[in-house]
Order: sequence, then structure tokens, then C-alpha cells
Amino acid sequence: MNDYKSQSRLERVLKAGYFAVTGECGPPRGADPEAIRKKGELLIGCVDAVNVTDCQTAVVRMSSLASCLILKEMGFDPILQMVTRDRNRIAIQSDVLGAAALGINNILCLTGDHQKAGDHPQAKNVFDLDSIQMVQAIKRMRDEGRFINGEELTVRPRLFIGAAENPFADPFEIRHLRLAKKVAAGADFIQTQCIFNVKRFREWMKRVVDLGLHEKVYILAGITPLKSVGMARYMKTQVPGMDVPDELIERLKGVPKEKQGEEGIKIAIEIIQEIREIEGVHGVHIMAIEWEEKVKEIVEGAGLLPRPQI
Amino acid sequence: MRLIRVPCSGRVDSLYLIKAFEKGADGVFVAGCLEGECHFLVGNLQAKRRVQYVRKVLQAMGINPERLQMYNLSAAMGSRFSEITWEMTEKVKALGPSPVKLGKGKEV
Amino acid sequence: MVVAEQKPLEELLEMIRPYERIILVGCKGCVAVCAAGGEREVRFLASAIRTHRGTEGRKIEIREVTLERQCDPEYVEQLRGFASDYQAMLSIACGVGVQFLAERYKQIPVFPGVNTTFVGGAEKQGVWGERCQCCGDCVLHLTGGICPITRCSKSLLNGPCGGSSNGKCEVDPSIPCGWQLILDRLKELGQMERYLELIPPKDWSKSRDGGPRKVQREDLMR
Repeated sequence: MNDYKSQSRLERVLKAGYFAVTGECGPPRGADPEAIRKKGELLIGCVDAVNVTDCQTAVVRMSSLASCLILKEMGFDPILQMVTRDRNRIAIQSDVLGAAALGINNILCLTGDHQKAGDHPQAKNVFDLDSIQMVQAIKRMRDEGRFINGEELTVRPRLFIGAAENPFADPFEIRHLRLAKKVAAGADFIQTQCIFNVKRFREWMKRVVDLGLHEKVYILAGITPLKSVGMARYMKTQVPGMDVPDELIERLKGVPKEKQGEEGIKIAIEIIQEIREIEGVHGVHIMAIEWEEKVKEIVEGAGLLPRPQI
Repeated sequence: MRLIRVPCSGRVDSLYLIKAFEKGADGVFVAGCLEGECHFLVGNLQAKRRVQYVRKVLQAMGINPERLQMYNLSAAMGSRFSEITWEMTEKVKALGPSPVKLGKGKEV
Repeated sequence: MVVAEQKPLEELLEMIRPYERIILVGCKGCVAVCAAGGEREVRFLASAIRTHRGTEGRKIEIREVTLERQCDPEYVEQLRGFASDYQAMLSIACGVGVQFLAERYKQIPVFPGVNTTFVGGAEKQGVWGERCQCCGDCVLHLTGGICPITRCSKSLLNGPCGGSSNGKCEVDPSIPCGWQLILDRLKELGQMERYLELIPPKDWSKSRDGGPRKVQREDLMR
């Protein structure tokens, strides 16, 4: 008896017990399908599913849903990212039905970066729902066949529901509690913010495991390869909720500029190998921002190729 | 030059400053105690803020904010006071009559 | 209270450019408290406008009036005797006052001299902060007395988001993270279990999203 919640390949990989690998694509700043296809080409065979960001950092880009379709045509199992910043509950529920109708199987529910950080800071924001309320709403649509207002819908959207959590954001003491809330709301899988401070991540995972959450939700650890000392410093100081230990910056500094990227990849592989040993981690989510060509090297280097054929 | 005495520079209301220019003053300066030595503790700091505020208002109207100045000195510094008055007079002479008197538009 | 800020002088002067006789109307209510439109501000602004006119070689007659409140027809009525002698009104009360004047004195244009910014209070001398979004459905009892709609930049009901850093909001480091404040308070009150409760989607129809609102008291109406 098929008790999968969706047609998602990611769901099947995780349920079968494999250590999952997901990747990420950022859409272009124009009506250019080729840009997405090119990024997709770099990820073929390396990932079980691929996220498409939704106007990340509040910068206008081609819509996530459109980009997901292009990737689906290439044979990927896309993960639609959706933020609450730009859409009210009517649009969200509508887009969820649309995505499911088009054969998208995964959705990642996010609050979204505030528009002040983006390229259209004068825009009105929405935030009708928060990410937790969105998770709850989609679960209700899928499992009860009802909209937020309680009315019945006709055909249920069978989506594998994801949410994000940042183990490194403040306040640290409640981050695992926030995860518990997302699980209670109905999240099937979680992708975390990228990890550089493995020790702190370990602490967070311990609290998560203590609450038994690892048995209720699949947790994918976020990994981002550092290209250079400059990038490491930028992420440490300019990106909120990011923890980049000084040792990593020192390590990159100790290497000539042309070799820093290589070192960054080595670090990423090491981190993957370390976190694989942590109880409760079900996979990795690789966010190689504007460096998608390195994903294959990282996945291979961490011993995660070939991906399971499901 | 018209001298108006007040018990503390903090007593100088922003309104007096703008009114002086309304009535055609070519320049205004507020002389208060040295910072940290105000008899009423922070009166001279408040005066400084008000002067800064009214300078911005003057700028917005096209009147050179240099026509309004704040100086700090102690009551015992007689020669410094005459220095200030001389400095201020020369500055205002160089700037010419107030645009409020001239009625020919902005000067900045 | 309603907090407002005087509009940039250039903008104000441009609004009243064509006029030679105006009424400058202040208010002894909220705008007096936040030093944007009270009697003192009326006197200062009138002087500034006259000074500016002087630089243009033009004259202006400004009738300086400060009403008890501009959000009350009873006080707005007090201008009746002389309103028609003037060409325009410049109100430095909040948006409500400007509109009440405009509604009552339909024959002459009424200009807003301040930008009404928010509902809030004094954080310290000279500094006012936003505290209330007038959402019409107060949840302060659920969040330790700190408003998630106003203090959280994203108005999250199940916050914080992932951008909270050192107790500061990702939008601006000078903004405390609203949810950090709420959590600290819930801890102090011994109400941390509230945090695990999932707050459902807000009924925004009770806020301005549902259209302009009214409050009616049958027992006070005639």
C-alpha cells in the first residue's frame, strides 16, 4: 500500500533510508529559460531534488514555479520555494494548487527576507501568513482537502512539505523549539541554513534529537562552499544568522588566492563527512551560490555518488 | 550689533533665532559657556542643538547657515568675546545683507 | 498617541507658494506632544515662512491658530468666523486634523504640513517609537505585552525568523528583534509554554485591510 504523501522522488529517497542530496538553483533576472537549463545541466545525476529560490534576498527574479517547470522538463524533481513576503493566503493557496496540478511535488515554505534588503525596498510587503501558518495550511489542503477557511477543495495537492530552520540565528535557545513548532504544523522535511560551525550545529542537533524531532521530520543540513576569504568574511559579517568560525577564515587565508576555492571545496566535503555522523541528519542541501559547477565535485568528494535510482 | 543677555544660553528658544532673521538680522550668534562648564548643567548643549536645527531651517530656505553661529567661552574671557564679535561681524560683512532684506531670492 | 514629523520645509513652501493669506492651524493634542504641530511649532513655522517670503521680496499674511484638537468638529468649528477671509489653510496636525478641516471648510484648500507617521509613544526625550499597528484585534496578552505585528518587521505571529541576529532585526541593526523581546518577556513571566502554541493566521479584515473602519457607541449617540 502506497503511503507516500506525494509523488516526490526526494520523499522516496528519504523514506528508503538513503542519505539524501538536494541542490539549489537561483533563477535569472530576465525572461531567460536557458539560464535555468544551464544550471540544471550542471546538477544532472548529482542530486535527488533541486530547490528553486523565490526572489531570494527580495531581489526580483524569474518566478520559482516557472523555473521549477523548466527543471522538471529536464528530469529533475524540483522543490518549489515560496515566501510569505509577496503573497497573501489567497495567492498562496492558489499557487499551491497550480504547482501540484503542474506536477511539482515538493514545496519549501519560507517567511522570506524583508524587502528592505532587496532591489525594490519601496514595495509593500504582505506577510499575511508566516512560514509556520503556511506549512499548516498546505498540510490541511493535502491531508484534509480543506482550504484555510475550512471549505473543501476538489482535488488535493499532494505535496511533500518542507520548511527551513536556522540553527545559528538568535535566539539560539529556542531554535529547536521553533523546529518543533514547524513539525507540529506539519513539515515533512527541513533544510537548514548553511553550516560552517559544526560544533554549534552538533549542539542544536542534540536538542533536536532530545525532543525526538528527528523521528518526525527529515533534516537536511545546509552546505555552502566558500570561494574565497572575501566571501567567508562577507558571510560572517554581512549576512544575518550566519556563523563562520574564525578558524575557517584563517585556514583560507593560509592558502594562496588561486587555491582558496579548492580549499573551500575541501572544507565543504569535510563538513559533509562530519555531519553525516551526527544522529538525526538525513541528508545535505548544497547551496553553491553562483558556483553550481562545483556541486558534482563536492557530492563526489563526499562519497555520495551515484545517487540512488528510485 | 545688538546684544541680548540671558541667564543661560539654554534659555535661547529656537523661535528667537528664526524671528531675528525674520526681522532682518544679517547674522546671529549665541555665546554660551564652555562645554562641561554650564552653570545649569546642559543649557549650552541644548542651545547648540537648537542652533544646529535652525541652521538647517535656514539652509532649506536658501539662507546661508553661516549667518547663525554658536560660540563657547567663559564669562572671564573678555578678550575672546571681543574676538568673537569681530569675527562674526567680518563674516557677516563678507556675506552681505541678509537675503530677507534684499528680497531677491536664495543665496545658497 | 499619533506621532508626526514636519514635512521638509521645501515641500511645505512649495504647497503654499501661490498664496498671500493663509491660516496656519496647529493642534494641542498628539502633535504638540511630539513637537511637530503644537502652538510653539505654529509660531516657529509662521516665522520661518515669513522669513522665506522676505527672501523672495513677497509678503504673506499668516493667521496663527492652535486648536484644542483638530480631530473634533466642535473645535474645528472655531475657525468659522474668519476661514473665508483666507485663501488656504496649512494644518500641522495629523492627517485626521487635515481631513476634518478640509471636510468642514470645503471652499478653501487645506494642506498637510506634517507627515503622520505612526501610533507610538516616547521612548526617551526627543525620541518616539512605533508601538501599534491598529490591527483591530489585539494579541498582546499572548505575547507578554509586546506587539508582534508592530515590533516584528515581518509581523510574524510565530516568530522569530531566521534573520534575527544578536537580538537585532535583519532590516536594521537599530531595530530590536520583536520576537527576541517577546521571548525574553515570556521567560520573565514564566510563560514560555505560550511559545509552543501555534498562533493561527490573523484576521486582517479587522484591520485597515478590511476597509476604513468606524467605532460606534450606541449608548453615547443622540
